[in-house]
Amino acid sequence: MRRFNLRKLALAGLVTATLGLSALASAQTSLLNVSYDPTREFYREYNTAFQQHWQTLKGETVNVRQSHGGSGSQARAVIDGLDADVVTLALAYDVGALHDRADLIPADWQSRLPSNSSPYTSTIVLLVRAGNPKNIKDWDDLARDDVAVITPNPKTSGGARWNYLAAWGYALKKYGSEEKAYEFTRKVYANVPVLDPAARGATNTFVQRRIGDVFIAWENEAFLSVEQLGKGEYEIVVPSVSILAEPPVTIVDKNVDRKGTREVAQAYLEFLYTDDAQRLAGKHYYRPSNPTIAAEFADRVPAVNLFGIDEVFGGWKVAQETHFNDGGVFDRILSEINK
Amino acid sequence: MSSLASENRAPGAAAGASGHKLAWHRATEEPAWLRRVLIGVALSFLALFLVLPLTVVIYSAFEQGLKVWYDAIVEPDAAAAIRLTLLVVVIVVPLNLVFGVVAAWAIAKFEFRGKSVLITLIDLPFAISPVVVGLIFVILLGSQGWLGPWLASHEMRIIFAVPGIILVIAFGTLPFVARELIPLMQQQGKEEEESSLTLGANGWQTFWRVTLPNVKWGLIYGVILCNARAMGEFGAVAVVSGRIRGETNTMPLHIEVLYNEYMFTAAFAVSSLLAALAIVTIAVKSFVEWNDERAQGAAGLTGLTRKTP
Amino acid sequence: MAFARRQQSVIPGFGITLGFTVFYLGFLLLIPIAGLLLYTAQMSWDDFWRAVSNRQVVASYKLSFGASFIAALINLVFGAIVAWVLVRYQFTGKRIVDALVDLPFAMPTAVAGIALVTLYAPTGWIGQYLDVFGIRIAYTQLGVVVALTYIGLPFVVRTVQPVLEDLDKEVEEASAIMGANRLTTIRRVILPALLPALLTGFALAFARAVGEYGSVIFISGNLPFRTEITPLLIVAKAEQYDYPGAAAIGTVMLLTAFVLLLIINGLQWWTSRRYR
Repeated sequence: MRRFNLRKLALAGLVTATLGLSALASAQTSLLNVSYDPTREFYREYNTAFQQHWQTLKGETVNVRQSHGGSGSQARAVIDGLDADVVTLALAYDVGALHDRADLIPADWQSRLPSNSSPYTSTIVLLVRAGNPKNIKDWDDLARDDVAVITPNPKTSGGARWNYLAAWGYALKKYGSEEKAYEFTRKVYANVPVLDPAARGATNTFVQRRIGDVFIAWENEAFLSVEQLGKGEYEIVVPSVSILAEPPVTIVDKNVDRKGTREVAQAYLEFLYTDDAQRLAGKHYYRPSNPTIAAEFADRVPAVNLFGIDEVFGGWKVAQETHFNDGGVFDRILSEINK
Repeated sequence: MSSLASENRAPGAAAGASGHKLAWHRATEEPAWLRRVLIGVALSFLALFLVLPLTVVIYSAFEQGLKVWYDAIVEPDAAAAIRLTLLVVVIVVPLNLVFGVVAAWAIAKFEFRGKSVLITLIDLPFAISPVVVGLIFVILLGSQGWLGPWLASHEMRIIFAVPGIILVIAFGTLPFVARELIPLMQQQGKEEEESSLTLGANGWQTFWRVTLPNVKWGLIYGVILCNARAMGEFGAVAVVSGRIRGETNTMPLHIEVLYNEYMFTAAFAVSSLLAALAIVTIAVKSFVEWNDERAQGAAGLTGLTRKTP
Repeated sequence: MAFARRQQSVIPGFGITLGFTVFYLGFLLLIPIAGLLLYTAQMSWDDFWRAVSNRQVVASYKLSFGASFIAALINLVFGAIVAWVLVRYQFTGKRIVDALVDLPFAMPTAVAGIALVTLYAPTGWIGQYLDVFGIRIAYTQLGVVVALTYIGLPFVVRTVQPVLEDLDKEVEEASAIMGANRLTTIRRVILPALLPALLTGFALAFARAVGEYGSVIFISGNLPFRTEITPLLIVAKAEQYDYPGAAAIGTVMLLTAFVLLLIINGLQWWTSRRYR
């Protein structure tokens, strides 16, 4: 009988493993940017631009690595030890958690960079199917019985929290009371058939799987769908008012100090504010924070009547605790819908 | 369940050749129409649940032609995901192979108290939800976890790095080799080993020359099954990977990334590699069984068909 | 130590093999699991109870266990038919069909999930025809059942097949001689003989389905109270930094898995006793 040679097999395995490991461990300055879902395309292009910039400035090659996912889960990963040099998340609450829960950044992180550390902003718009068959004009139509709404789960997705607050803020302004805003938001969420964990999954559900009549989306994500995923298949409906969404960025102090990457990480974020990078943000349908550059893109992004989170909700901390924490308003809405 | 051995009799051999035969047939076989209906039902069910999903993957992967498929596979991030997956497999499979052989030896060749508890423990990863596996390791080794601060102070990265991925996959695929070998070795008993030892061979020689040749096909099947599950593990890896492009994305995670970047053809292209692996796995398994049956046929043995996954 | 005593044997290596087995299991399995249990034990009983009995969590148990039960039931019926057909009948391509049964076990769950949603979404290969009749599979509880049926498919077939192969035809013949018709023979002779194997396969499919994550999240609507499975809820809790809550539900799932395995091993012992 043929002898079954395990030893040779094991040896071959060991050799392959060593080769694999050595291939992984190539030394080079590298940054890890932990970001949320819809920034994938923007940062792919931005990273190349920054690499060139750093090469000409310092003669050094820097390798920028990306990780994308739901904003909340990305913050969770960094808190649990994901080695991010910079985070570029969907909302200030998730970045603030890095301070509150793990002391990775100082309390005043948001004042370290211009414009509340948000180099680009966005807003929440409504995406409907071509011809707008359900005749959706504004937020009110989302509470109609015959409309199916797609939005991700605000518990795990940052964009979804902006969506929720935009709807709430609209109702609060229009109907004047918290109770009515609650009632309105409850009706909207009663119309949601699929609640994806992150923004990209929701886009896929609406665009690829053709579920729902209206998709509450980041403005940049809505444009991406219109331009790239199916020309002529979707229309953007700009609501009468919406929220000013500020996705902030910061270096993760504890990590960059340990790895000795503070200088390049800092430069990486500051470069976001340069004219070139601002134009790149505009190209990817974000709203540049630099007003001059923003003006260049004025014909691409519609003027929307925007309200801020501080004026309506008293800042992210309050908003989070009131609405999204366990036992908060969103939980109440869910449990009332599913009585 | 796979340790069932009994004598197979040629069907109908006892029926004799008398005039009763027709009545026999009616009483021990289903009418032809019912047979056809049952075959039809079985094949439709399998077509719906097995063939169609596989067809979707293969069709969607090659929908836009071979070049698009090839480009998706060699794209740097996809290639990195494939390399990482192979690296994980090369570490995890030998570990669980050694464990499986050793555990099967201890369980099959000796009697001791607590054996059934031990077997249940070995089975446990099969029934634990993969996300719970991931959660366990984050709680233990994450930087907010119990060992996290100590690991960080010693510059050791486990979670959100390759070691963490290896750990959860090793956990999830722990039972497969052992579960293939234990029933097989129990069934074969220990007479052959005992006579080999009485004839003067030492334990090591007995293992290599007697035991291993007897169980090699079960071993090979356990290994390829372990391999397939290791390459495909998703839930647990999703929790501990950190999803760094080109670095901590395994193939299944990379498929999810591509899917989320609207690159559906590329997602299916990478999927098709894993589907191909699944097909190779079951092909090898069929070959193993066929080989078994043939060997038994030649030796005039009976019974011993292993079918359990 | 429960493992300490053993019978005399000439075969060497008891100490070292059992030692290594226990060490490996301890390192990879027992210490981490003990970690989870200890972590959960830090919670007060009230907190624990609140975390695992909250309405949304209970709704997810109902879906996870209910859908797993239905899926295992579907697999019980069709798995038995498939096993019967594969053992008793001859037809072309039987070998390939037989081999294909293992596919869900070897196929990565994420790939299965994406493939299934491509089939069953309202725009999908099958979904578009069902949509005409107002039947929705993807993003409903039905979708969860479909995914769990897929991943549990091999188990009943593979546990029933060997028993059916070993089943003595003489018994069926004897039953027939004594005047029983085919239906009675199947009901009185064949089914009881297959029962332990059927139950084992059912329990395996069920156990596997309860914890399943990868294939379900793509095809489920993930809507709290309606289409949210328990593993997804654990992930959602963890991502909101609620580790105690996630660990508490994780502990419930872990204990369920353990109990299910004890039942399965009991069933297998029953099977093997019947056929010795």
